[in-house]
Amino acid sequence: MSLIAFENVVKKFNGFPVLDGLSFSMEKGEVMALVGPSGTGKSVTLKHLVRLLTPTSGRVVVDGVDVASCSDRELEKIRSRVGYLFQGGALLAWMTVAENVALPLRECTNLSQHEIDEKVAAALAAVELTAAAEKYPAEISGGMQKRAGLARAIVRESDIVLYDEPTSGLDPVTSVTINTLIRKLNRTLGITSLVVTHDLSGALAIADRILLIKNGKAVECSTPAEFVKSTNPDAREFLAAMKGETI
Amino acid sequence: MTVVREPLWDDAPRTKMQGVVRHLASFVSTLGFAAHLLTESVAFFPSVLCRRQSRAELVNQLYITGIRTLPVVTVVSLFTGMILALQVGLELRRFNQEIYLGAAVMISLIREMGPFSCGMCLAACVGSSIAAELGTMKVNDEVAALEIMSISPVRFLASPRILALVLMAPLLGFFCCVVGTMGGGIVGVTQLGVYFEQYMASALSVAETKDLFVGLLKSLMFGVIIGTVAVEEGFSTALGATGVGRSTQRSVIVSFLLILMFGYMITRVCYQ
Repeated sequence: MSLIAFENVVKKFNGFPVLDGLSFSMEKGEVMALVGPSGTGKSVTLKHLVRLLTPTSGRVVVDGVDVASCSDRELEKIRSRVGYLFQGGALLAWMTVAENVALPLRECTNLSQHEIDEKVAAALAAVELTAAAEKYPAEISGGMQKRAGLARAIVRESDIVLYDEPTSGLDPVTSVTINTLIRKLNRTLGITSLVVTHDLSGALAIADRILLIKNGKAVECSTPAEFVKSTNPDAREFLAAMKGETI
Repeated sequence: MTVVREPLWDDAPRTKMQGVVRHLASFVSTLGFAAHLLTESVAFFPSVLCRRQSRAELVNQLYITGIRTLPVVTVVSLFTGMILALQVGLELRRFNQEIYLGAAVMISLIREMGPFSCGMCLAACVGSSIAAELGTMKVNDEVAALEIMSISPVRFLASPRILALVLMAPLLGFFCCVVGTMGGGIVGVTQLGVYFEQYMASALSVAETKDLFVGLLKSLMFGVIIGTVAVEEGFSTALGATGVGRSTQRSVIVSFLLILMFGYMITRVCYQ
């Protein structure tokens, strides 16, 4: 059984279908990159997995549980297994970076302060933010805020991590660091990762499969090697646009 | 409870009548959401008092609500008392009854104007700030992030803010009455030729325990109203910076209107 499954999911906003029959599935331990033009519903797809949004029709299933119709207790169980990196980092402004990263451990676990400090230090080291631990979000750059958000998403050692554009706005060196980290977390801890990205080279480097969404539908789902050779006109168009961007 | 809510309908209304019905349904849904928020916030009060981190946040909110608004509350209540004394005093002088100035000012302040002016100050200074802060957090996905981390935004954000208002509003309401009475005394002594001892004796002769309790009850209710409206508006914010501005504005307007309505209703229930 797949760990994550979207079954013919339709999501309308004000009558307009952002997702229009989206179907795909992910296996445990897989890294999938979700690519496609802006406004095709990639972030909306992620939000369905933790019931920040519910489908107009269709089903979103995580480990056999229908996320839209499950009880609050089941939803909490699912959410406790999921780390989520938001586009802007979503850090709390009145807490330092270290306090932000420690927040889910402090509020939702019975770990001692020493254990929390150790885990926070490890997560910050993984995203190369140890030096900024005592700074407030307003005192660090947007890229650093995103890395702090990533540290918070992985600190609980969740088995599913959802990344909403983890490398957008970052310099190429940091982008590579983040992509390497996503892959490393997957290899060492078996974390299932769904990565929304516009960084095609990063997606090709880290993903087991790439899912191309267009007009709310999955139009191509294949391995990176197959994706670059795909004869699907939508995939060819997307690849051509990406190449054009990099020239 | 889930704080991050979706629109009730995925499609646009097809007819005008459907639009009107949906507006009504949204209004009822908002009332239900606010009532649910208040109930759950109250249920979390013990947790706020018991957890060390939450206590620290409560102390911070008490400081923001109580201490930081003190200058505004002082000026507003002082001038409220002075205006009351001048208006009433000039009329009383026509009948040579200035000795009752203290009684008139005290009754007006303790029963109505003290809690009312305190409520207005809190709605403008604290309610707007809460709505703007939570609204900004909502549009920046911080509230959603808390929900995903299984940290209840109601316990973490709403409950300490509402509790701080509930604790501080009666204290500030009482403070308003005291400062307002002093303001009235200043006008009485300097402009109406009333002796201060005479003024105070008149004021204290009419002050009943019931009036004090009704005044404190009003302030308490206003604290609950301001907190609930501000938190509801903050958590319902959408559409970025424009939405934050709109929520802040609505929080102040709705609080003002509810303060007036509840003020009247409590007066009617307690004095008729």
